[in-house]
Amino acid sequence: MRFVFKTSYDADIQLFKHRAQAVWYALLLLLVLATPLYFFVIGDAYLLGEITGVLILAIAGMGLMLLTGHTGLPSLGHATFMALGCYLNINLLGAGVPWLIAFPLSGLIAGVLGTMIALPVLRLHGVYLALATLAMSMLTSDFVVIAEPWTGGIAGAAVPDINIFGAEINRYANPYKFYYVVLFVAILLVWFYRNLLRTPTGRSFTAIRDSEISARAMGINLTRTKAMSFFLSATAAGLAGALFGHSAGYVTNETFDLVMSITLLLMIVIGGLGFIHGAFFGAIVVGIIPVAIANGRSFLATTFDVNINVPGLESALFAFILVCFILFEPMGLYGRWLKIRTYFELFPFYRKDMFKRQKSYLKTDRVQ
Amino acid sequence: MDFLQLIVSGLANGCVYGLIALGFVLIYKATEAVNFAQGDFMMLGAFVCIGFTNHEYLGLNFWLAVPLSILVMGVFGYLFNWGILRHMFGQSQTSIVILTIAMGFIIRFFAGSIWSHEPTSLETPYAGQDIRAGGVVLGVDEVMIVVVTAVLTLLFYLFFSRSRTGLAMQAASQNQLAAYYMGIPVKRIHSLVWGLSGMVAAVAGILFASKGAIDPSTGLLGIKAFAAAAIGGFGSLPGALLGGLIIGLVEPLASRYGPPGISQIAPYAILLLVLIFRPGGIFSQTQRKKV
Repeated sequence: MRFVFKTSYDADIQLFKHRAQAVWYALLLLLVLATPLYFFVIGDAYLLGEITGVLILAIAGMGLMLLTGHTGLPSLGHATFMALGCYLNINLLGAGVPWLIAFPLSGLIAGVLGTMIALPVLRLHGVYLALATLAMSMLTSDFVVIAEPWTGGIAGAAVPDINIFGAEINRYANPYKFYYVVLFVAILLVWFYRNLLRTPTGRSFTAIRDSEISARAMGINLTRTKAMSFFLSATAAGLAGALFGHSAGYVTNETFDLVMSITLLLMIVIGGLGFIHGAFFGAIVVGIIPVAIANGRSFLATTFDVNINVPGLESALFAFILVCFILFEPMGLYGRWLKIRTYFELFPFYRKDMFKRQKSYLKTDRVQ
Repeated sequence: MDFLQLIVSGLANGCVYGLIALGFVLIYKATEAVNFAQGDFMMLGAFVCIGFTNHEYLGLNFWLAVPLSILVMGVFGYLFNWGILRHMFGQSQTSIVILTIAMGFIIRFFAGSIWSHEPTSLETPYAGQDIRAGGVVLGVDEVMIVVVTAVLTLLFYLFFSRSRTGLAMQAASQNQLAAYYMGIPVKRIHSLVWGLSGMVAAVAGILFASKGAIDPSTGLLGIKAFAAAAIGGFGSLPGALLGGLIIGLVEPLASRYGPPGISQIAPYAILLLVLIFRPGGIFSQTQRKKV
């Protein structure tokens, strides 16, 4: 059992609670930096590509986590922002802007456009916001078709390679470099996110999530703070979209569809709403499920000679896992880990209801 | 004449949207939750009826199969709430939204596994018949949809405004805690509402499948029904129906007279516009929370 004695006010908002925690995260950093070495040695970079995909999903997940997990605004339309980022990136690169400028710029413009789209619907809350973003998500594919000169429409658009000071980086030609680019972006965003959460802005996000009324009573400008959260969230989603484009190599109007938006939302719930870790855990689950299903299928086919080929199995299994999580572990994977860790830290004083949330009884805001 | 036929088929489509929207509104009115799987309920209801009626499955008499499948869907709705959503009682609306979306995926998967992913249509005794009145040819299936919807709406209106259970449902939605204090069994009321909305979904599904083919992904139609419900303001039964009719009419008219591609966009664009300019819908019932 560890006691952390706080001797200054800053101790409350330090990045790491104690030294051991910092050491663990340093080890994790070393591990992710050294991962490509293993694949380099075995000479097969296929799995590394999958890991890179998981990282890209996690970046998009962080964007959504900020909005849904920390500000409490559900969005079913984050694939739209990813599409914005991706197509902006393609067009900027096509116009001859160097990648180092085009990439962050496409994220920022996606953020600004996202905020402009979102501003009118920010007055809505809860279900209505989910509906508005759902409508946005349904419209994305149609707008990609309409904006054909920039997006290639149904035929799709090829994504140019990343070029950093003359070094060409392509997902297939040099997967190791691409991994490091994505990893760098991911770490940078985590660092930014972690710092954001200890600033007044970040805290006002959480305040809005927990109670809009009390946040307002504390003097928080609801519309401005929500718009800020939307901007940051859409920026991260735009960056993820741009990276996703590089990873896919070719995007069409069906790449960023409703299923992707929903997958992102389900992902952060499985990972754990309200935790940065949750975005990563969720992305890992989303990355593992298709591989696990494929492996399970071939295992059944070779050992028992049973061929299972049911369409839609993947999304159904995913949805089933999600339902189990919402019912039995609403705090997600990270919440489960927190509980296990607390159990051992406090052994034998852990109680069953330590993480229990207060239930709220619904009151309608309709006038009857 | 062409225009009139367009209107009638639009009305028929609109009634189906309206019925799905009615399902949302029922649940929303009573439990303050939105069922994103309502479209999939509709699809499931249609497939249950197909399973009872069509000759390659059970081959029952149509008029026996209809009440049977409505009953099955009612029980399904009740059990859905009893088994899953009741455990969410007191949790945030967001998690209910996500939960129902996930359940939609699962329902779609099971429907596809049981009844195939091919578009199937319901074998009705009145298929292909039509009514001729003064040069206008109306399909019986389309007239049927409009009539059934009108009757159902009237029944629901009376149920909510006159019956004891209906009033209890309204009370439970306005303030759960106060409803408890007044001795209303809130949890059972919720299950009843879900059962009711399952029944409405079954009716919508049967009507839809009698008019055209249905396949598991038809459940996504529910999103258009959201537009209908939002236009109506989410808390109003006639509003939901009116919204459905508007969406149903706009679609064929836009595809006939508008530029190509507009008819696909129209329902969602209307949904967005309504949410932006009149968030409470046409029959506005909301007021902003103020400190």
